[in-house]
Amino acid sequence: MATVSDVMVRTGRRGELGLLGLAVAVAVLARGLVDYHADYLELDELAIYAAGWIVVAGVIHLAIRRWASYADPVLVPAVLALNGIGLAMIRRIDFAYASRGRDTDFGEVQIVWTLLGIGLALLVILLIRDYRLLRRFTYTAGLVGLIGLLLPLMPVIGTQINGARIWINVFGKSLQPGEFAKIAFVVFFAGYLVSNRDTLALAGPKILGMRFPRPRDMGPLALVWVAAMLVQIYERDLGTSLLLFGIFVAMLYVATERLSWVVLGLGMFAVGAVLAGTLFSHVGSRYTAWLHALDSSVYSSGASEQLVRGLFGMASGGLFGTGLGEGRPDLVPYAESDFIVASLGEELGLTGLMAILTLYVIIVQRAMRTAIGVRHGFGKLLAAGLGFAIALQVFIVVGGVTRVIPLTGLTTPFLAYGGSSMLANWIIVGLLLRISDQARRPEVVTP
Amino acid sequence: MSQLSITLLRMGFLVLLWTLVLSAIAVLRADLYGTRVTARGRGRESRREHDARAEKTASPSRAATGIRTGSISTKDPSAGHIAVTGGPLKGTTIPLGAAPVLVGRASTCTLVIDDDYCSARHCRIYPEGDRWMVEDLGSTNGTYLGNQKVTDPVPFREGDVIRIGATALELRG
Repeated sequence: MATVSDVMVRTGRRGELGLLGLAVAVAVLARGLVDYHADYLELDELAIYAAGWIVVAGVIHLAIRRWASYADPVLVPAVLALNGIGLAMIRRIDFAYASRGRDTDFGEVQIVWTLLGIGLALLVILLIRDYRLLRRFTYTAGLVGLIGLLLPLMPVIGTQINGARIWINVFGKSLQPGEFAKIAFVVFFAGYLVSNRDTLALAGPKILGMRFPRPRDMGPLALVWVAAMLVQIYERDLGTSLLLFGIFVAMLYVATERLSWVVLGLGMFAVGAVLAGTLFSHVGSRYTAWLHALDSSVYSSGASEQLVRGLFGMASGGLFGTGLGEGRPDLVPYAESDFIVASLGEELGLTGLMAILTLYVIIVQRAMRTAIGVRHGFGKLLAAGLGFAIALQVFIVVGGVTRVIPLTGLTTPFLAYGGSSMLANWIIVGLLLRISDQARRPEVVTP
Repeated sequence: MSQLSITLLRMGFLVLLWTLVLSAIAVLRADLYGTRVTARGRGRESRREHDARAEKTASPSRAATGIRTGSISTKDPSAGHIAVTGGPLKGTTIPLGAAPVLVGRASTCTLVIDDDYCSARHCRIYPEGDRWMVEDLGSTNGTYLGNQKVTDPVPFREGDVIRIGATALELRG
């Protein structure tokens, strides 16, 4: 026999403060190195930048102490460090473009998006005092997600950029509503599955040692599959459809503990992938560029040029990288957004890239730990879904850039240039902070 | 700046990055929360086994029932498990096999509940055909299935809750 006892929870706020200091140091040192190599280093400006970071980190820290005092202590420092590395890298690519006569201000714009994102995360903590509130909006969230996905198809506001129709124009800014739809869908899936998981888990025939669901319970899975396929066909956005379907299958598995859902999901995904590859030329060419990236015919036709240049960049980085500001990441098209992982791999090397990926692992692990710790089924599914959203997105991007899976256009959370992704991912952080605060807060015992 | 100091800064950045990662992991290590499972002392353990042999009760061996804490067995979905949903042992699950489960305060029981309202051998949960039954073993304070006091053996269905003192047990599939 063993005994089970409650463990005193420490809020971990002091640990968080120390980690925040390290994260700020990472962000500022990265910017200093970038500026030095661009012959742009002015210590006054760097001091102002450092002061800005300290103020931002301090505000987040105090806000968490005030409104979510038991929130996870590692989440915010990890995210801030990634964000700081991303800002330095984007600025570095600005300099590289400038030296070739192309004037960009991605770096400055991204700082604004970062501040807005942090503001949104704090707003989430402030407004949503109890995450269970979100369960009331289960079906509203589903509808909002669906509308968000379909908005880019609308005639006036939808815009097509680089072959994918996933942007809308709002006040002269282009936004990707798919990034926000992702969060709405996680809320919807969590609310739906927490009410229906028993029928999905228990009923059904047993084949090959696995309990399969009844055909009539397969409705939601089929519906999401069809939605993901439609997004892929009409918006030409492989990444988002893969992400949505993956999140749903993962949450089904978390809700029901049935391996059969994963088998079914992977099977349906494989069918969809093969069908899309044979029916649509833009998908087929992605497969070719992935499987035969280094063939000279494929490379010279331009299909795999970006991918291969990224690979060469990472190869020239080696184990320890060329050093921030000393490589040539600008040789890869979209080095500041889709291929920021390749840029970082070139300048920080395998060592730096592994540290970055470990930071993502830590973020996802904290989400899963929160899911285990939280007492409410809806919270478990929500935290696991949000964590999986980040994990899957990182996998799709990094896998695409490193040629593990076909390349799809998704942004690397917190690192890549892009407003929508920055705002959406900070909202996820806000939600995770709120759920983890409630998960770790000791239960008030009423006699 | 000299080339050497630049190289040092370059490597310093990587070191700083890994310092952050490793300190984050160190903070996580110090940040355990939830419930902790402590194995009982050696002396009590051996006495328990000795008692079990001497009494020759129907209670199954520890290996057969394999009480686990905090985890849920997924191996055989039809067998199900009993989850402790209230009381001091909250969070414990007991996978159900073919063997009956004895609940009580005595250390020979499968599930030992340290509660003043629990008798030494309080109740028994056993399989009959393809369902599980609960039987009160003449306890002082009674076993409650839902709001009903258990007198004769009654079926224990999935989702039902048994109350023994402050402890609540639920059968899950």
